[in-house]
Amino acid sequence: MRILSRLPEAWRQPLAVVGAVVAVAWLLVAAAAPLLAPHDPLAQDLPRLASPGPGHWFGTDQLGRDILSRIMYGARVSIPLTLLLVVLSLLIGGALGACAGYFGRWVGEGIMRLADLVFAFPTVILAMVVAAALGASLTNAVLAVLVVAWPAYARVTRGLVLGMREREFVLSGRLLGFSAWRSLRVDVLPNVTGPILVLATLDIGTALLLLSGLSFLGLGAKPPSPEWGAMVAAGVDVFDSWWVATFPGLAILTVVLAFNFLGDTLRDALDPRTARAIKERAL
Amino acid sequence: MSSTGTPTVLSVEGLKVSIGEHEILRGVDIGLRPGRVHGLAGESGSGKTMTGLAALGLLPHGARTSGRVVLDDGRNLLELPQRDLNEVRGREIAMVFQDPATSLHPMLSIGRQITEHMRHHLGLGKAEARARAIELLGQVRIPGPAAAVDRYPHQFSGGMRQRIAIAIALACGPKVLIADEPTTALDVTVQAGVLRLLRGLCDDLGLAVLLVTHDLGVMSAVADDVSVMREGLVLETGPRGQVLRTPEHPYTRALLDALPREGS
Repeated sequence: MRILSRLPEAWRQPLAVVGAVVAVAWLLVAAAAPLLAPHDPLAQDLPRLASPGPGHWFGTDQLGRDILSRIMYGARVSIPLTLLLVVLSLLIGGALGACAGYFGRWVGEGIMRLADLVFAFPTVILAMVVAAALGASLTNAVLAVLVVAWPAYARVTRGLVLGMREREFVLSGRLLGFSAWRSLRVDVLPNVTGPILVLATLDIGTALLLLSGLSFLGLGAKPPSPEWGAMVAAGVDVFDSWWVATFPGLAILTVVLAFNFLGDTLRDALDPRTARAIKERAL
Repeated sequence: MSSTGTPTVLSVEGLKVSIGEHEILRGVDIGLRPGRVHGLAGESGSGKTMTGLAALGLLPHGARTSGRVVLDDGRNLLELPQRDLNEVRGREIAMVFQDPATSLHPMLSIGRQITEHMRHHLGLGKAEARARAIELLGQVRIPGPAAAVDRYPHQFSGGMRQRIAIAIALACGPKVLIADEPTTALDVTVQAGVLRLLRGLCDDLGLAVLLVTHDLGVMSAVADDVSVMREGLVLETGPRGQVLRTPEHPYTRALLDALPREGS
């Protein structure tokens, strides 16, 4: 508790602590899956559809594979891919949005109309179409989610850069003889990263849901890969054995919630107004 | 135009700027001379800020322009390619803005903001630039310059920030300083200090200063020459005493009459 009291106010809220603990726990599980998993995730040597109990705490699936082990190994598939996905959308969307906001005119218009085009479709449907067109594989599912995820970053970044570009110190930098690139890099971008990082953290949950959703629909990971979405899909075939679908589903749920809590916390911490509100509530 | 002997370092000649149908500047002539403060007065919307920015070769996108902004080496800023313009900006002509709360980068230390363009334009090394930054902060009378160089803008008061902004502008030893309402956002007591500083720098360094202001009080305190603008035109230009004491143009007279006077 003493360590806790040294943290900024926003990070001491119960949800923030829960989010951080769960997220870190999942990262550890993903990193140490081979050490933690009691069984080989692909070995089919256990009784089929055994209900949860000693030896296989989350039960086994219809091929006799240990579900706990598969979930642990699945963390090594879903979590890194989701993070990679969010980082890539952030970089691509952020870069395009920053250019659109800073340079404006036809470049900006072009980029933003492209973003509008993506926004015009329901996210899941468009991701499904792209994934199906590219062919079902985990890589293509990531690409598909990337296609639907970047415009949100582009829009937010553009808005922030537009506002920042009009600030006097940015003009002042240009009038000291610095190039447009240096102005964008040093004067504009550092001042807009906070809100974009919040968006990215909140987006981790959405990205994981979309990615496992595509796998659930058979457009992503291929068997026997222990991907959570695909595992839930497998569980649908054996509805009586509730544990087959429930535990991978819970894995998705906890990761999504944890990163959403983290995103909320980051927003509160970066926004002085909410930070103050939390302080007043605490007093 | 009044001639005071010394040649101009920067002159705006017949500058016209219009956006669409709207004429913002309708033929502006101003000459800046070393060691002299040229005051540019006028009401809001008269085009004085636009003239100041044009003196740095900065014009709004999509504006139609004619006329010239010429440096003493004959280069016309309005026709320079961007790369050459970047070389002139900050190095030969620098600008100080109205509100020092927004004109300094909130996330960079004072030292970084003073040294960055020095290193860029003059190719100074890190230590050299830092030493020069401390010297500059002393020159604009920031107390404890050696410590101040590592602090951030929010740790200074408005007046101090404006002094820092002036130090940044002067870092590369420009010939021309454009100051757009440099004291408007400051308390009256602080204003006097900043104006004195500007006046002193102008005299000591032989700077040519264009002081854009709507405040005739500020103008009469520091300007050598005065131009009065209205609706994109320079109505009257001349030495301060002549323009402020025996104004020729009725608008200048009206401006002077609008000043509160003792005993009235």
